[in-house]
Amino acid sequence: MKIKAQIAMVMNLDKCIGCHTCSVTCKSTWTNREGAEYMWFNNVETKPGMGYPKRWEDQEVYKGGWQMRKGKLELKSGSKLSKVALGKIFYNPDMPEMKDYYEPWTYDYEKLTTSPEREHSPVARPKSMVTGEYMDLQWGPNWEDDLAGAHITGPQDPNIQKIEEEIKFNFEQSFMMYLPRLCEHCLNPSCVASCPSGAMYKREEDGIVLVDQEACRGWRYCMTGCPYKKVYFNWKTNKAEKCTFCYPRIESGLPTVCSETCTGRIRYLGVLLYDADRVLEVASTPNEKDLYKAQCDIFLNPYDPAVIEQARKDGIAEEWIEGAQNSPVYKLAIEYKLAFPLHPEYRTLPMVWYVPPLSPIMNYFEGKDSIKNPDMIFPAIEEMRTPIQYLANMLTAGDATAVKEALQRMAMMRSYMRALSSGKAFDESRLARVGLTAHQTQQMYRLLAIAKYEDRFVVPTSHRESYMDPYRAQGSMGYDMGCDGCGPASPNPMNKTGKEIYEENFYGGIWRD
Amino acid sequence: MNMINQLLWVIFPYICLAVFVVGHFFRYKTDQFNWTAKSSEFIEKKQLMIGSLLFHIGVIPVIFGHISGLGIPKSWMAALGVNDHLYHIGAVYIGGFFGFVTLAGMIVLTARRFTKSTVRKLSSTSDVIVNILLLFIVFMGMYATLVTNAVQPDFDYRTSISLWFRHLFILQPDATLMSNVPLSFKIHVLAGFLILAFWPFTRLVHVWSVPLNYVGRSYILYRKNHSGS
Repeated sequence: MKIKAQIAMVMNLDKCIGCHTCSVTCKSTWTNREGAEYMWFNNVETKPGMGYPKRWEDQEVYKGGWQMRKGKLELKSGSKLSKVALGKIFYNPDMPEMKDYYEPWTYDYEKLTTSPEREHSPVARPKSMVTGEYMDLQWGPNWEDDLAGAHITGPQDPNIQKIEEEIKFNFEQSFMMYLPRLCEHCLNPSCVASCPSGAMYKREEDGIVLVDQEACRGWRYCMTGCPYKKVYFNWKTNKAEKCTFCYPRIESGLPTVCSETCTGRIRYLGVLLYDADRVLEVASTPNEKDLYKAQCDIFLNPYDPAVIEQARKDGIAEEWIEGAQNSPVYKLAIEYKLAFPLHPEYRTLPMVWYVPPLSPIMNYFEGKDSIKNPDMIFPAIEEMRTPIQYLANMLTAGDATAVKEALQRMAMMRSYMRALSSGKAFDESRLARVGLTAHQTQQMYRLLAIAKYEDRFVVPTSHRESYMDPYRAQGSMGYDMGCDGCGPASPNPMNKTGKEIYEENFYGGIWRD
Repeated sequence: MNMINQLLWVIFPYICLAVFVVGHFFRYKTDQFNWTAKSSEFIEKKQLMIGSLLFHIGVIPVIFGHISGLGIPKSWMAALGVNDHLYHIGAVYIGGFFGFVTLAGMIVLTARRFTKSTVRKLSSTSDVIVNILLLFIVFMGMYATLVTNAVQPDFDYRTSISLWFRHLFILQPDATLMSNVPLSFKIHVLAGFLILAFWPFTRLVHVWSVPLNYVGRSYILYRKNHSGS
């Protein structure tokens, strides 16, 4: 056994309102640059829908992730030899193109003020950010937001296509949910495995998957390898870029920008301990539907004395063991079994987990018996075959039972808390029916509904002092050139006296930038 | 005339070779960030498939052909049982075939670079230079192989160009060996040396990054914190 620690995320889709704040704050932090305009390290998709890039879940086209071939785990896009030897290196047939995402554009705003007087008011026409030419907008980010045009795009959702019966996209009848997506920072990352240059790697200490910009040679197999299509090609630098899990923040014990700014407080961050020696074995589980359970089994109980002892031996700091014990991710994913990995059938062992949404299901029955009598929600959940199968196709490789049980636990929690707060009697044996205790249910409620900052984000700081001298390293990172204020004070910066610097920078006592 | 010969066939090749070697060393040391294959497949895929596949599949055998034709002395070839006739057939038919494939690929790629507005907009000056120069070199190579060889069947580059080429590397340059070489060959050779000088500063550096060690590597890579940054 070799224990490694992983920083993982849970998103409670029941509370996601699809406001895109996570996407916007992420973008303004990381991808607000030329060549990266089209990249959304974090994006929010309305489901059912095609997604971003279009139909990213269709691995028969994009060939992302892993598959079992002759009993062995192999990249779906082909073996290492086939990549180098078979001409795929000259032309990657499975790679998405810019038009699968969208061509970034801006508007010709200047026209609005410089236009001479005319019969019609001037219009700011869209202009491509790539070519600078006027363009006709055919597709863009969140084109299908809130089921816009879902009668066309919805049936093309690969998860819908796996459901056999015909689904009509009538707005009165449809169900809708939001799916915020970012890099999964997988335990078995197929992007890392696809990179011929060895530029992609998983960090030993926290499991964050990164691209070494100096080592990337732009072969683009990572884009194909990632089944979530979360490795992007910067058309300006010609290198791969991806979500960094805001590692500078994580190292300092802060949540990622998307988590920090989430208005619905749906995101949770915490440590999971796992047995790194079992990654290949778990990813090679023969039956797809067993993958979700197999993935849960790779995580170790942070309270088990044997695990703690081994973790110490493997160099995991006390703070991190403690973090694993208080991890909201462990509670939601492993203890309460409420959160599921996205598409476990890709065999990458993804580390961003989702609590399935109960609300759209409850809403569907609005006005029906289930609202008046909360217990009716159980037959209602049973009855909602289509949405549950849809969720299962996304979260458990089609195993509807696990999703149904999670929804039942959430519904039971609602019933219990409603009874508790309205002073009504509640038969606690009903909790036992869904595998919960009263204490657990209240804990669950606190974590899901109250969602305090310190309960949601349990991120131990990194231990840089164990491998570097942080005092000497002060100011060595950040802006390379001409950043005087970044480093430790030197006796004579830029050959100026302290008085000169003061006079230049302070103006009437106000800091001038 | 002698001065010009000396300049073209001694000084110029040595400058190009020196820039090639030192330039690579310099760029590798200082500019890892821009060292990339610079693929434009993300922008345009259909024409790239035809052009890139044809060009690369053609140019690799062509390069090996040049290495054997220029590097292996005629007498060694003969000792291996490859007589002039056999060599000629190999060079003209096999070389011609792959040369044609390369040229076709280059034509597609050049057309793509200049007609696709997205690709054109994203092309740097160095991309355009490399593109035009490569097209020119391949065209001149094909012209020399097919046309000049047919017009002047007596000319044997293995006793002139190849000898001159090898003399460069044993530091005994001899410009006179190039004096009776037909013009098409001369232009092809000079343009070839010119691209060597451009090589380290353009996208061509991706040739040295062909990921052969990927084949034997483990799939998942972990990196540990290390001191320094």
